[in-house]
Amino acid sequence: MKQLLLLFITFFKVGMFTFGGGYAMLPLLQDELVRRRKWTTDEELLDYYSIGQCTPGVIAVNVSTFIGYKQKGVIGGCVATLGMIMPSLLIIMLIAAVLAKYMHNAYLGYAFAGIRVAVTALIADTLLGLWKKGVKDKWAFAIFLVSAALLLWLNLSAVWIVVLASAAGIGIYKFGQKKGARK
Amino acid sequence: MIYLLLFYEFFKVGLFAIGGGLVTVPFLFDLAEVYPWFTAQDLADMIAISESTPGPLGVNMATYAGFKAAGVGGAAVATLGLVSPSVIIIMLISKLLGKFRNNIWVESVLSGIRPAVIALILFAGWEVAKLAVINWQTFAMFVLFWTAIHFYKKSPIFYIILSAIIGIVFKL
Repeated sequence: MKQLLLLFITFFKVGMFTFGGGYAMLPLLQDELVRRRKWTTDEELLDYYSIGQCTPGVIAVNVSTFIGYKQKGVIGGCVATLGMIMPSLLIIMLIAAVLAKYMHNAYLGYAFAGIRVAVTALIADTLLGLWKKGVKDKWAFAIFLVSAALLLWLNLSAVWIVVLASAAGIGIYKFGQKKGARK
Repeated sequence: MIYLLLFYEFFKVGLFAIGGGLVTVPFLFDLAEVYPWFTAQDLADMIAISESTPGPLGVNMATYAGFKAAGVGGAAVATLGLVSPSVIIIMLISKLLGKFRNNIWVESVLSGIRPAVIALILFAGWEVAKLAVINWQTFAMFVLFWTAIHFYKKSPIFYIILSAIIGIVFKL
C-alpha cells in the first residue's frame, strides 16, 4: 500500500512539472526514478522510450505504465498512470471551466518563456548523459548519425526510425557472428 | 450513453495514435467534424493552452474535449479511454520483455534502437530550443542554466520554478 502511494505521488509530481510533452519529461524521470527512488536505470528508461515510440498512445503514459508494472504488477501500472494524468485532468478542467480567459495573461507568457529555456537546458544535459550510455561503439554512432539525418532531411516519422534501427541492430549482430565464426 | 461513446472514441484515438501527443491532433479534428462535442476552434485554442500547462499534450486534449462534451464525467471518461490501450499493451509487452530480456535477439534490437532514440530526443530538444532560445538574453540564460544543471544536480523542478521566476522578473 505504501509502495502504491509512493508510485502515485512520484508520478503525480512528474506529471505536474512536465512542460512540453514526453521528451521534456525525461530529465524529471531520471531525477525521480533513477537517482532518487532507484526504481530503474538510465538504460532501461531509454528502452522504455524506444518501445513507447513504436507502440500506440502517449509516451508519458507508456513509460509510467512500464515503471509501475515493474514495481507492483497490474495495479502498480494503473496507479502510476493515474498519478501521471491526474495533474493534467485537474488543471485542464479548471482552465476549461473558469480560467480560459486568463490564459493570455502577459505574466504567464513571461513565465513560460523562462520555463522553455530551462526545459531546453534540462534536455541538453540529459542528452549528454544518455550519449555515454547509448552510443558506446562505432556502430551505435553510425545508427545515431543516420537516424538524425533521416529525421532532419526526410522528416521521417519516429515509428520508421525505430523500425529501421531495430533492423540495423539485428544486422549488426548477424554480421558480428559471421566475423566471429571465420576467426 | 454519451460516456460510453466518449470512451469508445478516445480509446480508438489512443490505439491508433502511435508516437506521442501531437499525433493525436489530426484524430481529434476528425472527431470535431463528426460529433457536436467541440469545434475545431476549441481544439486550436486547446493546443495553444497545452503549450503552457503541464502534462502530456494527448492527455490534455482528451481531458479538454471530454469536458467540453460532457463535463467532469466526460473529461474523466475520455482521458481513461485515451490511456487504456497504452496501459493494456505496455503491460503485455512488459510481461514478454521480462521473459525475453536476456534473449540475444531482443538485446540486439534494443541496442540498435537506443542510439536512434537519442537522435529522436535530440530532434525534439532542437524543436523546443528553436522556440526557447530566441535572443541573446535567452541564450545567456540557456548557458547559465545548462552550467548550473550540469554541476549542481538539483531537482529539475527547482530549475523549472526558478526559470518561471526569472521569466517574469526580466519579462522574457
